[in-house]
Amino acid sequence: MELQSNSTTDPKNNQPENLSDTERWGSLLTGSALVLTGLSQRSLRGVLLAIAGGGLAYHGAAGQKSLQDTVTEAAGLNQRIRVEKTVTIQNKSPEELYRVWRDFENLPTFMRHLKSVTVLDDRRSHWVANAPLGASVEWDAEIITDQENQLIAWASVAGADVDNSGFVRFQSARADRGTEVKVVIEYSPPGGGLTAAIAKLFGEEPEQQIGDDLSRFKMLMETGEIATTEGQPTGHH
Amino acid sequence: MKAVCWQGTHNIQVETVPDPKILNPRDAIIKVTSTAICGSDLHLYNGYNPTMKKGDILGHEFMGEVVELGSAVKNVQIGDRVVVPFTISCGSCFFCNRELSSLCDNSNPNAWMVEKVMGHSPSGLFGYSHLTGGYAGGQAEYARVPFADVGLFKIPDGLTDEQVVFLTDIFPTGYMAAENCQIQPGDTVAIWGCGPVGQFAIRSAFLLGADRVIAIDRVPERLQMAKDGGAEILNFEEIEVGDALKEMTGGRGPDAVMDAVGMEAHGMGLEGFYDQAMQKVGMESDRPNVLRQAIVACRKGGTVSVPGVYTGFVDKMPMGAFMNKGLTMKTGQTHVHKYLHTLLNHVQDGKIDPTFVISHRMSLDDAPHGYQIFKDKKDSCIKIVLKP
Repeated sequence: MELQSNSTTDPKNNQPENLSDTERWGSLLTGSALVLTGLSQRSLRGVLLAIAGGGLAYHGAAGQKSLQDTVTEAAGLNQRIRVEKTVTIQNKSPEELYRVWRDFENLPTFMRHLKSVTVLDDRRSHWVANAPLGASVEWDAEIITDQENQLIAWASVAGADVDNSGFVRFQSARADRGTEVKVVIEYSPPGGGLTAAIAKLFGEEPEQQIGDDLSRFKMLMETGEIATTEGQPTGHH
Repeated sequence: MKAVCWQGTHNIQVETVPDPKILNPRDAIIKVTSTAICGSDLHLYNGYNPTMKKGDILGHEFMGEVVELGSAVKNVQIGDRVVVPFTISCGSCFFCNRELSSLCDNSNPNAWMVEKVMGHSPSGLFGYSHLTGGYAGGQAEYARVPFADVGLFKIPDGLTDEQVVFLTDIFPTGYMAAENCQIQPGDTVAIWGCGPVGQFAIRSAFLLGADRVIAIDRVPERLQMAKDGGAEILNFEEIEVGDALKEMTGGRGPDAVMDAVGMEAHGMGLEGFYDQAMQKVGMESDRPNVLRQAIVACRKGGTVSVPGVYTGFVDKMPMGAFMNKGLTMKTGQTHVHKYLHTLLNHVQDGKIDPTFVISHRMSLDDAPHGYQIFKDKKDSCIKIVLKP
């Protein structure tokens, strides 16, 4: 597994697209590039929208900087965290895996921090994630790109507790060695600072949790269940 | 039920704990009829694994009778008599498909802990720390077996527990270690460590066609047992092993060498002192002096087989000798599932009687005493079987 996570205060984030970056992001999405490493810190959301043709408008995503954005940047609060993880799954085609993932209501089975996902219509869904002390964070997400059996890209819509976007890509591995599943997710807490909002959702290590989520997806797909020891006996601690 | 629980370094207690339950559809519950203490359990007993937690149930060599089955287990019946490989394997991932069951992708829920250190995680193991999944072990009256449709091996009638219980670990481990020696007709194999794995490795090397086996240890009864198994023996406290091996092999060196000791090797002289000191201050997690000696002793172009357990880092590896002599190293936790049929056949055909290694039989309640005498090699202790 490879991963890349980073935070940045790069002021160029909302500047007009850099073509070569967009091309490279595009090749990552289509699978001709393998790793995220080295790509600039332009927002994933902006790239996803650009690649989708920019037909959808999201607050603060691709358009002019608002006053709030400017203030946020100046204060260094526009940090993002971006995670990339890949697993290879045996004996399941991209089609089969896509179908499981495309029904977002399946995701809480292996994504431990999710309490529920409710599909509202073909493109929109409502996500509820666990937060400490019994609290929860919620957002609506919308599918930006849906390439059947290959790629699903989504982003939270305005008003999300934690602004996020991401994609999952399903691709036959070389030499008939299973299906590679790559997930890239980016969190951009709006004005709240990195640690506060992300830690609220994930604890200290989002990369770890997303990696574990993907490992559990693999377990479920390859073995039909998720390996666990929860509920087994133990002596006194 | 009663279970042998780890409570800290050199602190083992038999406690009453809840019975295990089915947690997943592919689980089974086994009523344990025989379970053994493994040399690798001593690494936990001696406190060398930082991911042990108080209350962890120990034991990865166990067998018994199936008493409960998850809804997805169809190839085993309640009442079947089974042995349980110590490596937990899903049977369907990339590695299981290649018979590399100790490298299973899907059985270690704590894989992330290992990935941070090792890059990738091996399979889950029973009763062997949270690094390998934190699964409750089999030194107990009952045990839960995940992926039971793959992880239970039925035993035919007419064989006693003691004849088959070592199929769970030490027999296949010794056998795989011998197979890893890539033995050719006429070969001489030198084996450091005459504990239970070393003993099975000696006998397996002969089963696989070795011409000579030279066994190295310092404990008289272990050397005697090695000799009984057909090996020539060297006591490393009495003789310089490297010189002796060279002389015994006409100056060429053994064709294959095996480290059946692992990370707690007892070194001699300054080097041994160095490793003990480094380990105590945390500069080196594993003491590799057997491995060093084996690499230097091995003939050019030979093979180094490492069944001995290492978990961390070693210092002063003779990489120059390893590279310039063109050696090959083969190692790994044992792919137990791959060897079960072959080794059961060897037992049934009378080619080996695994009971030779047993020195003590005890009740589960006596486990704390068992760990102590096994650690101290007291009372001629070589292998303990516990009867819950």
